[in-house]
Amino acid sequence: MMRHWNWQITAGAIASLVFLPLLTLAWLSFSANTELWEHLLDTVLADYVISSLGLMIGVAILTLVVGIGSAFLVTQYRFKGVAFFHWALLLPLAMPAYITAYSYTGLLDVAGPVQSAIRDHLGLQFGDYWFPEIRSLGGAIFVLSFVLYPYVYLMARSSFIEQSQHLRDVAQLLGYNRRTAFLRINLPIARPAIIAGVSLVLMETLADFGAVSYFGVSSFTTGIFRTWYNLGNVEGAAQLALMLLGFVVVLLALERTSRKRAAYHDKKTSQPAEPTQLSGNKQVLAITLVSLPLLLGFIIPCTQLLYWAIGNAAQLASYDFWVLVGNTLLLASTTAVIALFLALLVAYSHRLSQSKFTLIAKNVVGLGYAIPGLVIAVGILIPLAYFDNTVDSWMRTHLNYPTGLLISGTITALIMAYLVRFLAVALNSVESGLQSIRPNMDQAARSLGLTPLNVLRQVHLPIIKPSIMTGLLIVFVDVMKELPATLVLRPFNFNTLAVRAYELASDERLSDAALPSLAIVLAGLLPVILLSRISRKAS
Amino acid sequence: MKKTLILIAALILSACQQQVSEEVNLYSARKEALMKPLLDAFTSETGIKVNLISSKADALLTRIESEAANSPADVLLTTDAGRLHRAKLAGVFSAVVSDTLIDSIPSQYRDSENLWFGLSVRARPIMLTAAATQIEITRYEDLADPQLAEQICIRSSGNIYNQSLVASSIEANGEASTEAWAKGLVANFARSPQGGDRDQVRAAAAGQCSVVVANTYYLASMLSDTENVVDYQAASKIKVIWPNQEGRGTHVNVSGAGVLKTAPNRDNAIKLIEFLASDTAQKLYADVNFEYPVKAGIELHPILKAWGEFKADSLPLTKLGENNARALQLMDRAAWK
Repeated sequence: MMRHWNWQITAGAIASLVFLPLLTLAWLSFSANTELWEHLLDTVLADYVISSLGLMIGVAILTLVVGIGSAFLVTQYRFKGVAFFHWALLLPLAMPAYITAYSYTGLLDVAGPVQSAIRDHLGLQFGDYWFPEIRSLGGAIFVLSFVLYPYVYLMARSSFIEQSQHLRDVAQLLGYNRRTAFLRINLPIARPAIIAGVSLVLMETLADFGAVSYFGVSSFTTGIFRTWYNLGNVEGAAQLALMLLGFVVVLLALERTSRKRAAYHDKKTSQPAEPTQLSGNKQVLAITLVSLPLLLGFIIPCTQLLYWAIGNAAQLASYDFWVLVGNTLLLASTTAVIALFLALLVAYSHRLSQSKFTLIAKNVVGLGYAIPGLVIAVGILIPLAYFDNTVDSWMRTHLNYPTGLLISGTITALIMAYLVRFLAVALNSVESGLQSIRPNMDQAARSLGLTPLNVLRQVHLPIIKPSIMTGLLIVFVDVMKELPATLVLRPFNFNTLAVRAYELASDERLSDAALPSLAIVLAGLLPVILLSRISRKAS
Repeated sequence: MKKTLILIAALILSACQQQVSEEVNLYSARKEALMKPLLDAFTSETGIKVNLISSKADALLTRIESEAANSPADVLLTTDAGRLHRAKLAGVFSAVVSDTLIDSIPSQYRDSENLWFGLSVRARPIMLTAAATQIEITRYEDLADPQLAEQICIRSSGNIYNQSLVASSIEANGEASTEAWAKGLVANFARSPQGGDRDQVRAAAAGQCSVVVANTYYLASMLSDTENVVDYQAASKIKVIWPNQEGRGTHVNVSGAGVLKTAPNRDNAIKLIEFLASDTAQKLYADVNFEYPVKAGIELHPILKAWGEFKADSLPLTKLGENNARALQLMDRAAWK
């Protein structure tokens, strides 16, 4: 007999939501012709693969250096403003990558103010001076890294905070200096957390379309869209998407393996390590170093947006703009609540039953984050419309009562797509919370006569509240930034801030796009600030 | 918490239940900002409410195909003939018999079976700065001349207007000769293709290149907004030349629309397309987005007038759609990014 079968079935049902679009992709793939592959292999496929790998390696290295470096500085040292940097370093999380890409392009492009100033003031012509090309693979790595490093920073920071004073005592006993201690003790212990962070970064990087295509980089994901849009080949696009997914599964498997080895984690709480006070040049250096990511990931792009937005502030007065704000907040908050609820059910089912089935369910749910939003949109669109049409024709013939499209073209369809993509994020947070509760606590509660549901409600929920809040906020911010699925699935006369910003920006009206972009950032700011307070309290 | 959920549910329900008796549902690949003035004019003239979803043409087509018989969409509007042709092949359009449309729209700008109708013309000529002195450029074919090395700015092959340009060249010169031309063109690129058409103009003005291929309405909109000084000055440095006037004519595309087979409001859908082909709307296309009207005898915007008249390629635009996939594969082979 299955243990806790009702919980297992719940987990399975939730996972099938994510499985549905995957199944659709597989179904589409079967009808693809091989002619396309010959063409792709002959021409662009190598370029797609190389660009995507380059992008991943570049972003991984940069986010690791920036994320770990800044986390280490703010947790191990005391310098002026360290409390501010603690949370401010999370701010870039509120910036959608494509919007940061727009701002930097406006600023650094050949026709932008920086290069124009160089030409005008130095009396140079284009070609007389060297200037990095922002719209390039390097530019994409730069922008994605400074938008995504907070994932690594967040994970590394909490791990460094948890590392207790006695680890440092051990390091001293061994005669390690600070650098050796960091390399041999702090970093290895933080590794699982850091890898979890960087895997989120890489999934986002692989799935990104907005920033990467804007920079003219032919990545695998831009290739998927090119195949669909320009060759009109949905089936071929589905095959490419499945290949991408296969690659992610391998990556995730590697990540899981590395997490398993983390069993030596020191859970006994002792005194947290006392930060070292910095002074003089070292203090200046530390402040400079932690300012850089904040400057590059947040302040510079935001200033550019603000500059554009001031010229277009009249939009603020329009009723239409506030409808956009309302729609966006409604979608983001609804999705966040549902996502956390479902993620909690999945994680807890697995905790209860420890079965292979729930493990698979959990892993399937974790996949969604790596699928490009547009691919998810198609994967949701096709089965939902099929379902609606089947119900409609059955109702027509048997009850003479046409039901039309029940779910397709409604906000429900949109939220389903968001869930497919962002349940993984919610699950990550819930799991990290649940892991900190020892299983013998469940046993104790059960022996006192609580049902599994009551254990969850009365014992777990109060303890993992911070993790749940973290998940809520990250999903909220992610939904606010989401563009491709929204663009495809939304109902009539329904727009979000991201859609408006994109429509204007893709028409090269960057300055008109600034205000909605800034609104996304502002609305994302509040959750990010809350998030940092929660994670500080939790530590 | 409970209250909020109920409120949210109520909001969703009320959003779903907005029913107006006279309406038409439009799936548009033209952005909302560009459609809004036209649609508002339609509503105030006819009293018919227009419900709009703007997205990418292929996404909308996939949506129509999967929604099938129950699709609420009445009209699919795209920004190029290639996508209209793709929708025709997918079998989602139904023929419209309308004398108004046939009288207003020249035959090369509409489908031979009246499945779709072009509504505005988009010309893609060559544009030059004063630095383009290497050779005299009069034809698209000249762009492959090695003397123009590192002089040309053009956007990526992912852009449909470039695909259409290549598709028209396949029709005029054949596939092999077009491929050789594309390779020559790529060899003359000043930079790896990036950005939109406005960006090419900006780059040329900044001196990165001297020859640009771009749609005219982008240049016109830069010229019209004198408040955006940087863009205005950039565009002022650019001269439009109409290529292939001795031969096939300058490459043009259309934005256009068709009525869907499953349209629940067919009559209103036809009214909408007829309105978009009317004098009022044809004038608006020029005023809102600086496009050329499909209809003869409509007064042009002063900026467009200043560029003079030109001979447009008379190729039936269906050919652009038919050749599109070949064009893109050819561009892949020519390493046009």
